[in-house]
Amino acid sequence: MTFELSDRVQAVPPSGIRRFFEIAEERDEVISLGVGEPDFATPWAARDAAIASLEQGKTSYTANRGKRELRESIADYVADRFDLGYDPDEEIIVTTGASEAVDLAFRAFVNPGDTVAVAQPCYISYEPGVTFAGGEVLPVPTTEEDDFRLTVESLEQAGAADADMLVICYPNNPTGAIMPAEDLEPIAEFAREHDLTVLSDEIYAELTYDGEHTSIASFEGMRERTIVFNGFSKAYAMTGLRLGYALGPADAIAAMNKIHQYTMLSAPTTPQYAALEALDTCDNDVREMVEEYDRRRQFVLSRFREIGMDVFEAKGAFYCFPEVPDGFTAEEFAEEVLREQGVAVVPGDVFGDVGEGHLRVSYATGLGDLRQALNRIEAFVEEHA
Amino acid sequence: MSEREVLELLRENARYSTADIARMTDLEESEVEATVEELEAAGVVRGYQAVVDWDKLEDERVRAEVELNVTLDRETGYDDIAERLARFPQVKALRLISGDYDFDMEVEGDSIREVSQFISEKVAPVPEITQTVTHYVMTSYKENGIELGDGEDDDRLSYSP
Ligand SMILES: Cc1ncc(COP(=O)(O)O)c(C=O)c1O
Repeated sequence: MTFELSDRVQAVPPSGIRRFFEIAEERDEVISLGVGEPDFATPWAARDAAIASLEQGKTSYTANRGKRELRESIADYVADRFDLGYDPDEEIIVTTGASEAVDLAFRAFVNPGDTVAVAQPCYISYEPGVTFAGGEVLPVPTTEEDDFRLTVESLEQAGAADADMLVICYPNNPTGAIMPAEDLEPIAEFAREHDLTVLSDEIYAELTYDGEHTSIASFEGMRERTIVFNGFSKAYAMTGLRLGYALGPADAIAAMNKIHQYTMLSAPTTPQYAALEALDTCDNDVREMVEEYDRRRQFVLSRFREIGMDVFEAKGAFYCFPEVPDGFTAEEFAEEVLREQGVAVVPGDVFGDVGEGHLRVSYATGLGDLRQALNRIEAFVEEHA
Repeated sequence: MSEREVLELLRENARYSTADIARMTDLEESEVEATVEELEAAGVVRGYQAVVDWDKLEDERVRAEVELNVTLDRETGYDDIAERLARFPQVKALRLISGDYDFDMEVEGDSIREVSQFISEKVAPVPEITQTVTHYVMTSYKENGIELGDGEDDDRLSYSP
């Protein structure tokens, strides 16, 4: 017998990076700049706390919303870092990665046929998430001329005034763009004016190299209509531990928890202990990793300029977003540089049509490898461009 | 502080070019060059060496950590003894330390025989040295801040979201 797939599953195309993955597997000595995860190991203190919790046999479920102590810690952390005030009892939910939180939000707030405006280029999971929830994505393109920031003009042009929800992600995957407070303010006003719910994915907040991260939820009248996603994957190099969280008004978090308690029961317990320790004692580790990313960022940006590829001045996350030279599509360039030079990068159109003509280049890779990878890209460009 | 940044990068990899370091620090190439020259002239940067994992080579290379106890007299100080020992090319590192013994000496040679001969014939006879305890290095896991062994296998997926 064959399974009859649901329309929603069929509506989602296969991932745009899978084919590249297969080519990379065939080839020896690939230097990968295609990864969206830190190359550091989780700070020792956090790993130790996870190990200690296992040794003590702390392996049962936690509260559905996560350990209370952890929620308190998260509340203190976001208050301290981003000026966000959330009640650990009712306004915070700990999830299996920010990924689960994003999925919960779509399922909790999107009705079939609802329109979800998504600022693009963006992280690849939002569109399928909306589709699985039965909603429709309205792409809101951002452009290099605007430094890949979201503007009110682009929202208006895309017709987002009539949407039900808006998804934003700054610092951004894949562009590395950030939105300083003065750029977010008009977006907040637009959301209030048009009564949009805002989903703000701030998982790269700690990885901001120029100024401080501002959360859209910190603006007047925004807390009521915003869900903030964050997590431990990026800042604390904990991707495999799968721990994230969402912040929002009590009734919204209760709705997300309703789904979470039946599908997940609770986020895994061991990483919750790691996360507690991370928030408590790992500030220095985070600072050191951020300094290292920043050094690599400067290296990669200036190297692309030297090679003669235009590159946007990324100021957050660990990606940069150069333009492919004339005569290539993003996909052609990514495929050929992988086949010929063994350098893996992701074509920008994977992150939405507006990403065409760009590459996502991750610098979550040691300087030695980055240096070699850029030399290879240079050789490729010299030969073909 | 640019001196510190430059030093950290050189310690990470002394073969980074001036241009590489300039990119990573956002300094001008000429500034990097001047900083390195100053650091060399001031004796802060004393030399550049490779970090070697001898276990990866076929040839035997023997290393020992030697504890040395000394007694000082009115004419001889620690510095005098140190000067005498540091001259031997077999001595790769020599440090005066606090604790149970006085000097910590790293010795290298081509065989255990060569190293023990050096210690018994050249080091032990120094009149101020009252005791030597030799510890042969069995395996080295980290040298100069660099982890040795199988190298850092990056088993992350080559593509991830
Ligand atoms: C923007 C963005 N949000 C969420 C995630 C997923 O994070 P987590 O590991 O917490 O599920 C990623 C991972 O790449 C991401 O780039």
